[in-house]
Amino acid sequence: MSARRGVWSDALRRLLASRAAVASLVTLTALCVLALAGPSLSRYAPDELDWAMMGVPPDWVSGHWLGTDRLGRDLFVRTLHGARISLVIALFATLVSLLIGVTWGAVAGYAGGRTDALMMRFVDVLYALPGIFFVIVLTVVFDRSPLLLFLAIGAVGWLTMARVVRGQAIGLMRREFVEAAVAAGAGPARVVFRHLVPNLAGTVVVYATLMIPQMILVESFLSFLGIGIQEPLASLGNLIADGAAEMEIAPWILLAPAGCLVIIVLCFNFLGDGLRDALDPRER
Amino acid sequence: MNAVLQAANVGVRFRVGGGTWPRQRLLTAVEGVGFTLGRGETLGVVGESGCGKSTLGRALLGLVPLAAGTVSVDGHRLDRQSDARLRDLRRHAQMVFQDPQGSLDPRMTVGQSVAEPLEIFEPRMSRNERRARVAGVLSQVGLAPAHADRYPHEFSGGQCQRVGIARAIILKPSIIVCDEPVSALDVSVQGQVVNLLAGLQGELGLALVFISHNLAVVRHLSTRVLVMYLGRPMEQGGRDDIYGRPLHPYTRALLDAVPSPEPGRPARVPLAGELPSPLAPPQGCVFSTRCAWANDLCRRARPALDEARPGHQVACHRWREWPGGVPRRED
Repeated sequence: MSARRGVWSDALRRLLASRAAVASLVTLTALCVLALAGPSLSRYAPDELDWAMMGVPPDWVSGHWLGTDRLGRDLFVRTLHGARISLVIALFATLVSLLIGVTWGAVAGYAGGRTDALMMRFVDVLYALPGIFFVIVLTVVFDRSPLLLFLAIGAVGWLTMARVVRGQAIGLMRREFVEAAVAAGAGPARVVFRHLVPNLAGTVVVYATLMIPQMILVESFLSFLGIGIQEPLASLGNLIADGAAEMEIAPWILLAPAGCLVIIVLCFNFLGDGLRDALDPRER
Repeated sequence: MNAVLQAANVGVRFRVGGGTWPRQRLLTAVEGVGFTLGRGETLGVVGESGCGKSTLGRALLGLVPLAAGTVSVDGHRLDRQSDARLRDLRRHAQMVFQDPQGSLDPRMTVGQSVAEPLEIFEPRMSRNERRARVAGVLSQVGLAPAHADRYPHEFSGGQCQRVGIARAIILKPSIIVCDEPVSALDVSVQGQVVNLLAGLQGELGLALVFISHNLAVVRHLSTRVLVMYLGRPMEQGGRDDIYGRPLHPYTRALLDAVPSPEPGRPARVPLAGELPSPLAPPQGCVFSTRCAWANDLCRRARPALDEARPGHQVACHRWREWPGGVPRRED
């Protein structure tokens, strides 16, 4: 990487200097690879019942590396499957809220005045509604498909993103380069998407990284309540719900998915912190 | 004279306070400014901070809406109704900003910033042609074409200002408004940028509006000078008239405030008091609260902008008393 490739390469260099962020990045990458390829390492399928081995603790001989649940399903495979689904849902939900939130916030910040006030009051109103309740209603109305689940979570999660982006956009609008672009003949769309959004990218990346674990938690919570991902599909949430029911007799059924969830959430948080430090404009 | 920029009775007002709830007041930032400028001429606009110089510059380009009056650039008219015609106007009128680094998008290479007006007004131009034009203007402002791939933070303030100038001339406009283009630069670099502007003006036949509080720079560059106070024109005329025989006490005060390089001469403080709030401008002449020559008439009635000599206008009740210019106060 050449030394003069701008802000992103500087940020990358700083990010790689942070030990926690690098460790998180490595762990997350490993986990993603494992979630994608891992299930084929085991000789069991996620919905396969092992009649001879029901509710056994971790056992290397039989190949149930993390044990089996009450129905004899392999926990290693199910946890990785659950992690895969949870991650995909969280990523898409974040993407959805990113799209809505960044556009909404940038337009409000650009327009200012009455338009801005109206748009942000709308956000305030939505904030006042309990988001989870909203998601529950949506999932009930639109059937419980995983696709709709992430759309619903994303549609609720964009509010804070919109606020953050709007605040940043207002700050940027006062900078001379925006006025220079207008003086050069740039129209509103060009100002928003060529000047505001690229300059917001740092904040947005950091915030999105911190949003993914929240989304995973929301999805897990919904699945734990039984309105998210449905059996026989596994997500971390319904695996934890299963495990919680048996945690006194067979704690490993809870520990495998719960441990996985904790690792993912922690890693994303560390990575987000590292990114925030790396992209902090005050250090530039 | 072949006028490229004509401004008549330009006024700008801002709503302040109140936010969404209408308890707003109107602030008159600029009022009654008019001038004409021909090819190759430079109008220097001087005045204290907050006197509306920058707002006037922005109004000339339609960056802030006009509350009154008209501006026409190369025959493209701008008034309080106009909006759609702004695009045409911006082809012919560009701006150079005060903060050299701040006026360039930090996420864009210098080449992208310079090419932006071309992308907007010549969308069908091929990439190669565009790159050639960018390289052309960069060398015109004294930068290497290879600089196009670098980012603003890799440049010094003076170099960034050159980039800003390159962006302003790439469309071959007929006028450029320079808003304090050198006040953020080191003195040694100021001279280079000023000479660059003067050189380009001669080369391209540009009309410049040069906004500055630096009287020496304005004197060096301008053919005409407009002195503003609290958004109103106090005096305007040819450079030599304004500097040699100022007819307005405010102009005299500004000239006297320039520190003298002569050793031993004490620094003068010719202007007492603060700039009044533009929300509550003084009755009568706006300068009367700080003017050493003000009398009852000045405090009661606002003076008209009189044509004292051909091409030399002054807004003062007493200009006839000093045909050779406002005398220095000896105190």
